[in-house]
Amino acid sequence: MTDQSKISAQDLSIFYGANRAVKNVSMEIRENRVTALIGPSGCGKSTFLRALNRMNDIIPSVRAEGRVFLDGQDIYAPRVDVIDVRRRVGMVFQKSNPFPKSIFENVAYGLRINGVRSRKVIEQQVEKSLRGAALWDEVKDRLQTSALAMSGGQQQRLCIARALAIEPEVLLMDEPASALDPIATQKIEELIHDLKRDYTIVIVTHNMQQAARVSDFTGFFLMGELIEVDETGTIFTKPTRKQTEDYITGRFG
Amino acid sequence: MEKKPGSPVRLFSTYARSSTRRVRLMDGIAGKGTMAAGLLIVALLVLLLNEMFRLSLPAICHFGIGFFTSSDWDPQGERFGVLPFLYGTLVSSAIALVIAIPFGIGTALFLTELAPQRLRGAVAFVVDMLAAIPSVVYGLWGVFVLAPLMQSHVGPFLEKTLGFLPLFRGPFYGGVSMLTAGLILAVMVVPFIVAIAREVLLTVPVDLKAASYALGATQWETIWKVVLPYSRVGIGGGVVLALGRALGETMAVTMVIGNQPRINASILQPGYSMAAVLANEFNEASSKLYLSVLVEVGLTLFLVTFLINIAARVLLWRMRSVHPH
Repeated sequence: MTDQSKISAQDLSIFYGANRAVKNVSMEIRENRVTALIGPSGCGKSTFLRALNRMNDIIPSVRAEGRVFLDGQDIYAPRVDVIDVRRRVGMVFQKSNPFPKSIFENVAYGLRINGVRSRKVIEQQVEKSLRGAALWDEVKDRLQTSALAMSGGQQQRLCIARALAIEPEVLLMDEPASALDPIATQKIEELIHDLKRDYTIVIVTHNMQQAARVSDFTGFFLMGELIEVDETGTIFTKPTRKQTEDYITGRFG
Repeated sequence: MEKKPGSPVRLFSTYARSSTRRVRLMDGIAGKGTMAAGLLIVALLVLLLNEMFRLSLPAICHFGIGFFTSSDWDPQGERFGVLPFLYGTLVSSAIALVIAIPFGIGTALFLTELAPQRLRGAVAFVVDMLAAIPSVVYGLWGVFVLAPLMQSHVGPFLEKTLGFLPLFRGPFYGGVSMLTAGLILAVMVVPFIVAIAREVLLTVPVDLKAASYALGATQWETIWKVVLPYSRVGIGGGVVLALGRALGETMAVTMVIGNQPRINASILQPGYSMAAVLANEFNEASSKLYLSVLVEVGLTLFLVTFLINIAARVLLWRMRSVHPH
């Protein structure tokens, strides 16, 4: 197994207007590994995550400084196509957000907007993506029904399938299980475990047990700074920094 | 109040007013009063309909169904058919919607999705102001600006390029035409479409747009495939409101439609609308039958507006039940 760097953030700062939400963060995201970002609310971990596929661009007041390399290419460089970045770095959100369309059309959306016209290709890819998100067996007989009629856990797995359909290299997950019950959460976690064979995954979570269960690496954020990043086992057993230890032992946050 | 040492100070219980008889009486009056206001509106509508029906009864008895199939309008010879006016009302409103819908939705999209934050409020204010201009002012603008322009440029241009269609044939009559009326109406109803479409577009969840962007969609694709489908029922409601306004608009239409009770295939030629004929001829209605006929025209206008509103609402309701948004 190579532990190659897939994404490399260097001296990244992100501003909401004048307020600096992420402060000079440098971090390596390793290929085919799950990296968890933990920290108390408002510590900048979600903002940092959204910087990795330039989703912060859609909020007018947000500005980024520093560099983020994806396979060695700076995604904030002037001539980079943000559409291309987002196709390569997919995203799953905290609140499941299926489109008010059928299950099939939700998964097909990314294919259609990226120019796939062949009905056969779309059908194959929808099936493959739903299988990839461990949802196929539950929905294969009702692909044309509204996605909004599904349970919360199924909706979130549909959103994962939707992201997988355009074959991204990296999958960003922003607290993907925070609104789900324990059973649905367990399914998502098992899914993350299966997905890391093919994808590089970055997951934001406020649930430390979850970070410990699913991730290979863990970064701890506090007030916009990356305090410490290391292998998950190390972070949770013998962290170097006092703040990390205080947080994981539940002294604050 | 006596206060034992150590007992908590209970400010609310001390100062809150108990529900007095006066308060309960006010509640009762408010409830009954609002109900009365609501019932009064319904009663007015019923009375109005009843009165119009009573006054138009002589005409209904005299002409029967022929009133709706004849296109004769000859007050001297006492021959009356509502068809040219029905046609003029429907066609001028249709022209107005065809022009106003893309403009209105486009403006609303610009104001909610594309315009710089600082510009949004200012442009929205100007668009709202359009709705506050009295219709007679629009009419004057139509007579002095729009009609000459239609006569000198727009009409000849349309005839030259699209004249092979019966829809765009001359001759012109000083620029007053069905198309001129439709254009004026379009300007008048655009603010309604913009105002409602804007409200609806603002309710599209940011989450859905984010999901679309995260899949590599452009802003245009996101608007076309997520924002508009989500908003179409609400925007449809705005269009219905605009249509209602266009069907009933009197003054501006009267001033530019040409007031010729004829059915012309060409929209470059004059027409007449139900509201316009009422405004023009009510003072001249010399005979009882003539007056009764005009009331029946009014009743027809009312029913057409009513039916179109019902149909549109049913359509929207069915759209909503198929797809919640």
